[in-house]
Amino acid sequence: MAAIGASGDRGGGFTVVRLVAGRIVSALLTLLLVSLIVFIISGLLPGDAAQEMLGQSATPEALAALRHQLGLDVPAHVRYLSWLTGMLGGNPGHSIVANMPVSEIISERLPNSLVLAGLTAVVAIAAALFIGIFSAMHRGSRTDRALNVTTLALVAVPEFLVATIAVLIFAVHLRLLPSITLVSPDASWGEFFRSYALPVLTLAIVVVAQMARMIRAAIIDQLDRPYVEMAMLKGVRPGRIVLTHVLPNAIAPIVNAMALSLSYLLGGAIIVETIFNYPGLASLMVNAVTSRDMPLLQTCAMIFCAAYLLLVLIADVVAILANPRLRSR
Amino acid sequence: MADGLSLSRRELVGAGVGSGFLAAAGGLLLPESSAGAQQPRYGGRIRVSSVSSSTADTLDPAKGALSTDYSRHNMFYNGLTRYDRLLNPRPELAETIETSDQILWRVKLRKGVEFHDGKPLTSADVIYSLLRHKLPATASKMKSVAEQIAEVRAAGRDEVMIRLTGANADLPAILAQSHFLIVRDGTKDFRTANGTGPYRCSEFRPGVRTRGVRNPNYWKHGRPYVDQIELIGIPDEVSRVNALLSGDVHLINAVNPRSTRRIQQARGYGVMSTEAGFYTNLIMRQNELPTGNPHFVLAMKYLFDRALIRRALFRDFAVIANDHPIPPFHPYYRADLPQRPCDPDRAKYHLQKAGLTGVRLPMFASPAAEGSVDMASVLQEYGARIGLNLAVNRVPSDGYWSTHWMKHPLTFGNTNPRPTADLIFSLFYKSDADWNESGWKNPAFDRLLVEARGEADQARRKQLYGEMQELVYNHCGVGIPVFINLIDGYDRRLKGVYPIPIGGLMGYMFADNVWWDG
Repeated sequence: MAAIGASGDRGGGFTVVRLVAGRIVSALLTLLLVSLIVFIISGLLPGDAAQEMLGQSATPEALAALRHQLGLDVPAHVRYLSWLTGMLGGNPGHSIVANMPVSEIISERLPNSLVLAGLTAVVAIAAALFIGIFSAMHRGSRTDRALNVTTLALVAVPEFLVATIAVLIFAVHLRLLPSITLVSPDASWGEFFRSYALPVLTLAIVVVAQMARMIRAAIIDQLDRPYVEMAMLKGVRPGRIVLTHVLPNAIAPIVNAMALSLSYLLGGAIIVETIFNYPGLASLMVNAVTSRDMPLLQTCAMIFCAAYLLLVLIADVVAILANPRLRSR
Repeated sequence: MADGLSLSRRELVGAGVGSGFLAAAGGLLLPESSAGAQQPRYGGRIRVSSVSSSTADTLDPAKGALSTDYSRHNMFYNGLTRYDRLLNPRPELAETIETSDQILWRVKLRKGVEFHDGKPLTSADVIYSLLRHKLPATASKMKSVAEQIAEVRAAGRDEVMIRLTGANADLPAILAQSHFLIVRDGTKDFRTANGTGPYRCSEFRPGVRTRGVRNPNYWKHGRPYVDQIELIGIPDEVSRVNALLSGDVHLINAVNPRSTRRIQQARGYGVMSTEAGFYTNLIMRQNELPTGNPHFVLAMKYLFDRALIRRALFRDFAVIANDHPIPPFHPYYRADLPQRPCDPDRAKYHLQKAGLTGVRLPMFASPAAEGSVDMASVLQEYGARIGLNLAVNRVPSDGYWSTHWMKHPLTFGNTNPRPTADLIFSLFYKSDADWNESGWKNPAFDRLLVEARGEADQARRKQLYGEMQELVYNHCGVGIPVFINLIDGYDRRLKGVYPIPIGGLMGYMFADNVWWDG
């Protein structure tokens, strides 16, 4: 038994390594393709950075001078290649509009996005697991149906509505929480949590609903299996069945659902960032699009794409490691 | 200089020569700090939110693009002149500005003014700050205006001579625009601000916030009052108003007329409406048909239901306009031009004269030009009654100015308040102006414009500008239904707030004036 297990593990490790390596190669290809597509499509947008900077004061000669100064007068493919070579060397270039290195701008915004996503993930995963497991265990009961209807309704409510109503209640009327999230380095822990409360709540509501429903479905799927019946016949308590028997078997779909929901937290937070005036990556990317700041736009696109690929990869690896059949194949 | 126009300090302060808004009643001059009888208090921290904040934020006054930039620049820098509440230019870093021929100007600088790095203000700083607008690499928004500066040279450490390419009596008013604020000689890197202004830049993060701390060495004795000002941008109007009402910010601009009631009903909050020359106009290109047909132009001008637009679109936070860009509260406004009414019958007559009954015409409107989408809908509705089929094309704000504005026969434009009649006419109505929106060509207008610019006599100037208003009113392919008021919301604990009709947020100059009574 031990020998078989060991060889299985070795085989599993090998499979995972091969899978990860293959995924990384294809991820790099995907990133390359995405950068090319983003570059081409954003090139199709009307106007360029020089026009956007000058706005109404764009006279032909001022435009020509500024284009030359910003290096926008070189052909597009040359600009793309120089950006690409820079990126491969670890230098994402220089923001045309802000006149700062892109890395400097990103290094300020990325932590903000990660903090928001991280806090939301903690809250959302805990809540989703609780709701999902609880309603799966009480399948068909009144609580289950109530939770079902609530989560379905919350999936359907747009987050700008959730956010605006939350602001009206908690900030304008009750004055408990700030209506905008100001990231200040010298904030105390209390201020920190207070200022994050509303955006985290809003984002969590959106993702909790989705995750909870997927978790419930995955667990119910397992609960119908014969081994659960066997465990029940042996007299194992329901809580123990779910936590030690069902959950490990349901982990693959759950992690998948979580990965999909969490990847949304980074780039999809644009509405929450706008309403709470939160300086995150998503609003930075929208800035980059409206000001036609190509290097910045490209870098943001790369980060979102890479984060998405990474989360999906993690989900797949977890699924393989959790499933002995996949592990040994 | 005795017999020419001499803009000495006394005259600038006393009579508001130059070009700005004169008080309606002859000698009525409000004292500068009549905003409250209360004694200003020191201290406190305030947070102000404007409408936009992005990576394009800048500390370079020449590049200032939006209200957030203008406000930020006025926190850290001073100009040679500044506007008072009637938009008269007043001396600031300049002690006096004098001229005898409106071409050669002598600017005496105030002594004892220091930059934030401790260096004294000298003529070299002024020369550098003015001449950099002419360099293409500066990407100045005022490049075309600065072209008329032929030469700036030092006449000693505290005096500069400015020579213009042609006579312009408005120079003091032009120099009060935030773009012409004075930076230190040789400044190329604008990561932080080194100005002479009321606040020192303690933090500048594009797209996030600007923070200024009180400048203890400010040359204006006793000012500023607040310890620290934080300037942020909240693009979403509902969020901005919510932030004000929840106490997170204390002053906001660009309040939607529909939100005013909400602010006024909340305890402790006020609304400040600034009447300025801000307008959204219908542009009928004159070099294209059918919009180039004079009868078509008149038909459209008679089709505007101005009262409806003022009431329904702007909740009466607007002033009815008369198809020319000079607002009724402007000293050069010509009152004897008859107000053009909404007259569908006359519009129909002109439409038939133009032979355009039943023709389908696309009209481009965008949220980029405030109120234009609703104005287009109103025009469409009224047009349908007289057999004019206007098709409203609502296009997004993004890229509107570069791809649609002035590029189709019928589009909408949007013009921010300008400090002088000359600037409005020169930038938007002169035959060879880059933004001659309708593309009309009127040699008589061009002659009047140059004459008025160099004219020192106020009565004569008013007459010349009046003639120009009539020409625009009758012949220009631009329809201006209303002037839109700029609305700010503020926390009533913020004192010393009054409108300055160049823009919201006290003409972007709140930093120098407000105090906190909290």
